[in-house]
Order: sequence, then C-alpha cells, then structure tokens
Amino acid sequence: MRAIALRITFVMCVSLMAVPSLSAQSVRMSGEDEQIVAEINRMIKQGWEDNDVKPSARAADGEWLRRVTLDVHGHIPTSKEVAAFNADKDKAKRQHAILRLLDHPDYVKNWTTVWTNLMIGQGTPDRTSREGMQKYLRESLAKNKPWNEMVFDLVTAEGRFDENGAVNYLLSQMQDRDGGVQATAKTTRLFLGIQVQCTQCHNHPFNEWQHSQFWEFNSFLKEARRVDHRKLDPNSGRQVDDYSELLNGQFNGPVYFEKRNGVMQVAYPNYFGKQIGPDEKVNRRMVFGELLRADEERHVARAFVNRMWAHFFGYGFTRPVDDIGPHNPPSNPELLEFLTAKFAESNYNVKQLMAWIVSCESYQLESKFSNSNEIDNPAAGESPLFSRMYVKAMTAEQVYDSMLVATLPAQAGELNLEQAQADRQRWLQQFITTFGTDENDESTNFNGTIPQALMMMNGELINRALAENQATRLQQVIAAAKDPNDVVQELYQTVLSRSPTRAELNQLRPVLNRKATIREAYEDLYWALLNSNEFQLIY
Amino acid sequence: MFNPLLDRRHFMQHVAAGAALTVPTLGFLEHLSANVQQVKKAEKACIMVWLGGGAPTIDMWDLKPESKNGGEFKPIATKGDFQISDQLPKLAGVMDRMSVVRSMSTREADHARGRYYMHTAYVPNPTVEHPDFGSVVSYELGPKRSYLEIPSFISIGGGGGSAGFLGMSHAPFVVDGNGNIRNAEMRNMTADRLGQRLSMLGVIEDNFIRSNRGELPQAHKDIYVQAKNLLTSQQMAAFKTEQEDAKTREAYGNNNLGRGLLMARRLVETGVPFIEVNDGGWDLHNGVFNALKNNKLPPLDQAVAALMNDLTARGMLNNVVVLVMGEFGRTPRINQDVGRDHWASSWSLAIGGGGLKGGRAVGATDKDGVGIESQSYLPGDLWATVAQAMGIPLSTVHTSKRGRPMKIANGGTPIADLLS
Repeated sequence: MRAIALRITFVMCVSLMAVPSLSAQSVRMSGEDEQIVAEINRMIKQGWEDNDVKPSARAADGEWLRRVTLDVHGHIPTSKEVAAFNADKDKAKRQHAILRLLDHPDYVKNWTTVWTNLMIGQGTPDRTSREGMQKYLRESLAKNKPWNEMVFDLVTAEGRFDENGAVNYLLSQMQDRDGGVQATAKTTRLFLGIQVQCTQCHNHPFNEWQHSQFWEFNSFLKEARRVDHRKLDPNSGRQVDDYSELLNGQFNGPVYFEKRNGVMQVAYPNYFGKQIGPDEKVNRRMVFGELLRADEERHVARAFVNRMWAHFFGYGFTRPVDDIGPHNPPSNPELLEFLTAKFAESNYNVKQLMAWIVSCESYQLESKFSNSNEIDNPAAGESPLFSRMYVKAMTAEQVYDSMLVATLPAQAGELNLEQAQADRQRWLQQFITTFGTDENDESTNFNGTIPQALMMMNGELINRALAENQATRLQQVIAAAKDPNDVVQELYQTVLSRSPTRAELNQLRPVLNRKATIREAYEDLYWALLNSNEFQLIY
Repeated sequence: MFNPLLDRRHFMQHVAAGAALTVPTLGFLEHLSANVQQVKKAEKACIMVWLGGGAPTIDMWDLKPESKNGGEFKPIATKGDFQISDQLPKLAGVMDRMSVVRSMSTREADHARGRYYMHTAYVPNPTVEHPDFGSVVSYELGPKRSYLEIPSFISIGGGGGSAGFLGMSHAPFVVDGNGNIRNAEMRNMTADRLGQRLSMLGVIEDNFIRSNRGELPQAHKDIYVQAKNLLTSQQMAAFKTEQEDAKTREAYGNNNLGRGLLMARRLVETGVPFIEVNDGGWDLHNGVFNALKNNKLPPLDQAVAALMNDLTARGMLNNVVVLVMGEFGRTPRINQDVGRDHWASSWSLAIGGGGLKGGRAVGATDKDGVGIESQSYLPGDLWATVAQAMGIPLSTVHTSKRGRPMKIANGGTPIADLLS
C-alpha cells in the first residue's frame, strides 16, 4: 500500500503541441490534487446550503468498494477484495483503492468497452472492425493517452481498419454514402458535447446556432472516404468482404445545402469562428483534428468532464450529457467550468480527472435518502444536488462481467482478452435492436426489462452458475465451508459484497435446515441473490 | 373464429395436472372458457404498424401526379371515396374500412425526436420522460383485464420505446418477428422449487426496497412479477403463429411483417390492448421508387389488407383500431439520388377499425404536397382519436414524477372527421 505514494508521476505539460512521454502510473493524489477535490466539495456544499438539504451518511466501506469497482472496472469486487478492504485500518484506504483501481488492467478492459459502445455502438456496423477499434482504445487507455490526443487520432486517422484501429470510429459513421452527415452529427455530440444535427435542416430551434453551422462542421469531414476491399473465398469460390480503409479524398470546394425556401447555400469549414477559406488547399480533416486538440474554446474538455461526471453519478451537469449549450443550462455551472479548466490544465489526463471525481465527498455518500434531502431526486426530474449517491442500473456488460466474478471466477480472469470480449459480444446481441435509419441508431432492451429478468432467472449464465461443476464459485464455496452458515455468509459476500442481516438469516433458516435437500437450498439461495435488485443495481 | 380444440387442449392439460376433477366439471370449465373468449372479443385494442425511418407517404396515400414532386406512381380508385397509390391494390380494396389523414404536421424531422414525438405526443424534454401511447393504454386498460397474464403493451420486432413516468411495468415487451421469447421455458423446474426461489428472492428484494434508495429497487421487483408470469402462462401460445392454418398464414404473407400482424391479431384475441408491429427500412434517401415497388410496398399492402379482412371476418373490426405510420413523411421534392429526405410538416397516415369512420380522406395538402390546405393535425390529436375509440376518457390526467399533471395525448382533440 505504501508504495503508491512513491509512484512516479508525469510532469504537467503546458505545451499542447508536444506529446508528453508517460510512465505507466500516470495518476496521483498530490497536495495540489487534494486542493482541487476540496474546491469541488466546496462548490457542491454551497448547493446543499442554498437548497437547504443535508447530505446522506457516508457509505459503508464494502458498499463503497463495490460501487467504485463497478464504476471503474465494470464488475463487482471479489469477496476476498471486500474482506481485505474492510480489514484495512489505514485512514487513506479509499484513496489507495482509487489509485490501485485506475492502474489495474481491468481499467483498460472496462473503458475499452465503454468507449467502443459510445464510438461505434453496441452492435457492429458493416465494414467496421470492432476488434480494430478495441485495439486502438486498449493501447491508448493503457498509456493514459491525453483525451485531446485521442480525439485528434480518431478524427484524422487514415488506413486499414485492422492496422490503424482509430479509423473505425469514422468508418462506423459512414454506413451510407451520405457525405459525412452522420459522422458530423456524431462527432459534434460525442467530442464537443453539442447537438448541431437539428441545424442540418434549419436554424437551431432553441439557440442562436445557424442552419449553416452543421454544414460548416460537415465540410471538415466530407473528404473522408471509405474504400472497401473484397477477396475470393477459396471455399465457396465467391467474392467476400475483406478489409476496409479510410482515405482522404481531394476535397477543397464548398459544401452545398438547401435552405427551407429552396435556395441553395454554400458552407466552408468553420470551427467556432476559425475559418478555412475557399482557396486554402489544406487537409481539412487534419486542420479539424488540430483545432479539436488545441481546444481553445474548451468544448472538448467540457464535453468530457460532463460525460465522466455522469458516468460516476448517473447524472451529468446537463441532460442529455451531450447537449451543452445556451438553451440547456447546466445544474452546476461553476463546478463544470472549474473541472473543465483543471482537466485541460492537466493535459487532458483522463485518470487524473476520474481520481478527482471519485475522491470528492459526494462520491463517498450512501444512496439512501437522509432525513432532509428528499428533494435531491433527479430520477423525478429535479436538478441533481449530489447530496447522495444515485442508484444506477448495471449495463448488460456490467451484469455479464459481474456474473463471471460471482459465479465463474476462472473465466473472469480470462487472459485472452479478445476471446473474452468476443464471447461477451455474442451474448449481448440478444438485447440489441437497430432501427436501420441513416443515423444508424440502436437501442438495447436490456435495462430493467422482462427479457433481462428472464435471462437472469433462466438463461445460460445462471444455469452455468448453478451447474455441479468444479469450476463454479458455488462448488468452491460449498467445498470450503465447515457448516451451512459458512456457505450462506460466503455466498452473500460473493454476490452482494456484504454479510446477511440477522433478519435475513432468520427467514432463511427453515430452508437451510432441510438437510436432505441442502444442495438444492444453496442453489436456490444463490439464484435468489443473483436475481436480486441489490445485485443488479449500482448504489 | 377461435380454435375450440386448442383451448380444450389447454384445459385438458390443467385438468390432467389436478386429477381430482371429474367430467361434469370439465364441461363447466369449457363453458367458462367460451365466456371469457366472448368478453375478450368485445375488448378494445389498437394495432400500430410502425414504418420505421419515415415512409414516403406522398407515394402511398397522397399522390401528386400533376406535380414535379409526383414521382413514378399513379393514383388508383379505392373502395373509399379517395385514391391511393397503384402500388397498393389490395389496400385499395379495404379502404371502405380505413381512412387516410393527409394533413399531419409534426415539426420533428430527426429520427429519434420524431419517433419520440409520434409515440408520446410530446416533444422531447430533458427533465421528463413521457410514456409511449402504448404504455398509456397499458396503464389504463391493463389492470382492468385481470385474466391477462402477459404484458399489455407488446412490441413485435421493435425496441426503444419507454413507459416513462408510468413505470417499467408498462414498458413495451419486445419480441422478435417470429414471436420467439428467449429463456421463457423453465426446464427441470417444479412449481415448488420456483416458489422456494422466489420466496428467498422476496426476502432480499424487500429488504433492499425498504432501505429507501429511490424507485429502481421496486421497479426491479415489479418486472420480476411479470417475468414469472411469462414462465408459467398458457397465454404464451398467442405468440405462436405457426398454430394458424396455412391459408391464414399465406394471406398475411410469409415475412416478418405478415407474421407480426398475424401475431398481433392473436394477441388481441388473448386480451392484449396495444400491439406495435415494427417494419423498418423506410429511410429512403436514395432510390425511393425502386425500393418501394420491389421491397417495401408489396408486403405492406398484403399484410395490412389481410389484417383488415381477418378482423372483419372475425367480427372484431369495430373494437380494434389499426394505425399505419412512422416518425414522419418524406420530402415532396425528389433529391439528386432519386430519394426523398426527412419531412415532418405535411404528411399522411392510414387509420381504421375501432368504430372509426372508413372511406375518407381527412385533410388535404397543396398541389405539390409541401403545404397543408386544411386543418392540420398533431400527434396528440391522433392519439386523442385512438383514446376515444378505445373508451379511454380524454379527461384522463397522469402525474409526472415531479408531480406535474400531464393530460392524456398532450391534450389533443380527436379528429372529428374520423368520428362521425
């Protein structure tokens, strides 16, 4: 534990042009970081005072470790990890846990999943390599590449989808030959946190953005060109899809678009007032990437901060998180601007931002309402005050990965990352619907629906968990236990990261006393724990 | 009509399980079953055919042969007092029982926003999640049908809908176009064993609900009640269109849309009040006429006409509203790729059954299809019409989570020409 304090940290780099060389451990909590956290706390507390609420109590250690492990690694902690954390007497143990989690390989695994879904979707669009996208993200996240550098890569990438994985972001947005319309809508939402897709057809209904704005962004991306390659399949003798690549066409002209009254207009690249004229022969995508990387307007930083805050608290400073603008004022404007500035100053250090967020006081609180914060209920449409943790539903991936930790520990530690992710991807397909529109939108019918419940009650994951097989956690627990009480304790710790309450024990006793069918009783208890709201929610 | 043999088989299965029942009791049960079926036949329902992506209604319901926007299709006469596309000959034959509304004007021309607006009657708002109208029907009529063991809002081949502030138990239950429901068959599991598991689950869930962390823990429990019903209910047979005779299946068409509409009819017979059948692929930015002629219109023509005829033959048409629409129409102007783009300001839909007037063209667009020359209608007006047809009072008000009163169908006014 002590070793963490001695970790080498990188020197803050103020030049935006130079790429700093990073050590593996790129996150720390120095005195300066603690001041930043104190400032976040001060701003949030101001909101509590203004609204006359008192925060909820501090969450118990096990509950907190479960939450932060789910948020950072995408799965529950093992019962061993919970026990060690509970036993640790160090006052700074939460801080140590944060740094440990951020430098663990599961950080890379989880955020590769999160960003792959955000960039190309839960389903894989045609002519896109999910593996390529994941490979790029894994490598970038592993070295904690600054976020603005990643944005630069994704917007400017050229090459084959298996060799330069970053091209898959734009390839996934180029399903139709739509002149970069979908890529424009996605890029402005995901990286700039603004929704200009309405201005594709008309002036923005709620703010001063003009009809031309969408097409001015579009002019940066229009020259991107997808080239699909085919090959002969020796077995069938037919031509089949081979690789795709993303190239730059020669495009220097204006983009034409039609006004509602039928008049044609032209648009040239224009990034918040920085324009490229009709005569400039430049690689527009490269210029766009450089403007995003320099981020003088801080849109890139602000969009990222808002999304990260929403990841950890369930609610960002705006709803939706990718619609920031004068028409949609943020809940905590001062805090959003402060974090945006600090994140940019940190050279877009993603792990550092996460460390600040999970270190702040709000993140330490429990999700139960206190006696005086009933109004802090964003689920009811109220503005969030962050005086309690908000309960989040696990994503399908979080359920899958947590099921492995709780039921098949050997598989959870699967070393072949690509194989593990492919297995999970296959399983996920059952919950995904695509709408088949030009925006390639899709939806999951996973969250809190009947198909999810049926899968948990009766699907392949639960059936594997209950099988009489040496590799299952259930079998291990039963084999290691001295008496039924041990089994119950350990199953609770494994699934819910806590001990059973006295009341629960009393209610379960009659079943566990049936000696003849004790194995069945264990299976049924384990089934009930895994199917519970408490297991499937992050709280 | 209903298949009495099939029903008897289900009752026989029940009876075989409880061997104590005697022959006279069986006769009584059969009688009871017939009564329930009669009741269900009189129940109101709505089947919505969703043309995902936004259909070019100017090529379907409101042709402009004289205009440069007119496109390749010609109008033909129908059994109603108006014309539709020559690509929809079978539908032309049922237009005495359906009407088209030609003056929808709905402002939202983005897929997600349009889908939301047409499903809920409200434009998207960051602080409140509005329920799909199917969820409203589920909320209003579902609890009154105590015999119904399957969800009361079913979406075939769909996704993305939401019950919003009405709660997860009224969310659309999504099944694929073949009616397959994964993990819904319990193998090697007795009722006792399932009961034991559920009672243990109850202990843990109730404990967590009592800890006062907001609404998600309770919502989880409510969904499990529904899921348990699906594991044990005989009504699951409604999803199995293969139980229909070959002639009927052929009439609807051997494709996802045909099967979906046939399934919808079976679900209505089981008592489900709202079914959405999703047909995607209407986002025709290029090659619109070829796509319509070769792929999109023939199955739609066949399946919806078959549904109308089947409902008529079964004496159900007066109780079942049939609605055909998507998130918006498409631009009257034909673009450079021979396609049509998104267009929400003047478009059409088709609606019939449920006691609504057929044979009419309601509202009108101008000669090029770009403006409306009559009263225009909003999604709220449409859903108010459907609510009226289904016997849901227009004075119904729901309460958002924040305590804000929300009028049913966003306070819309029923479309008078469809009512009398």
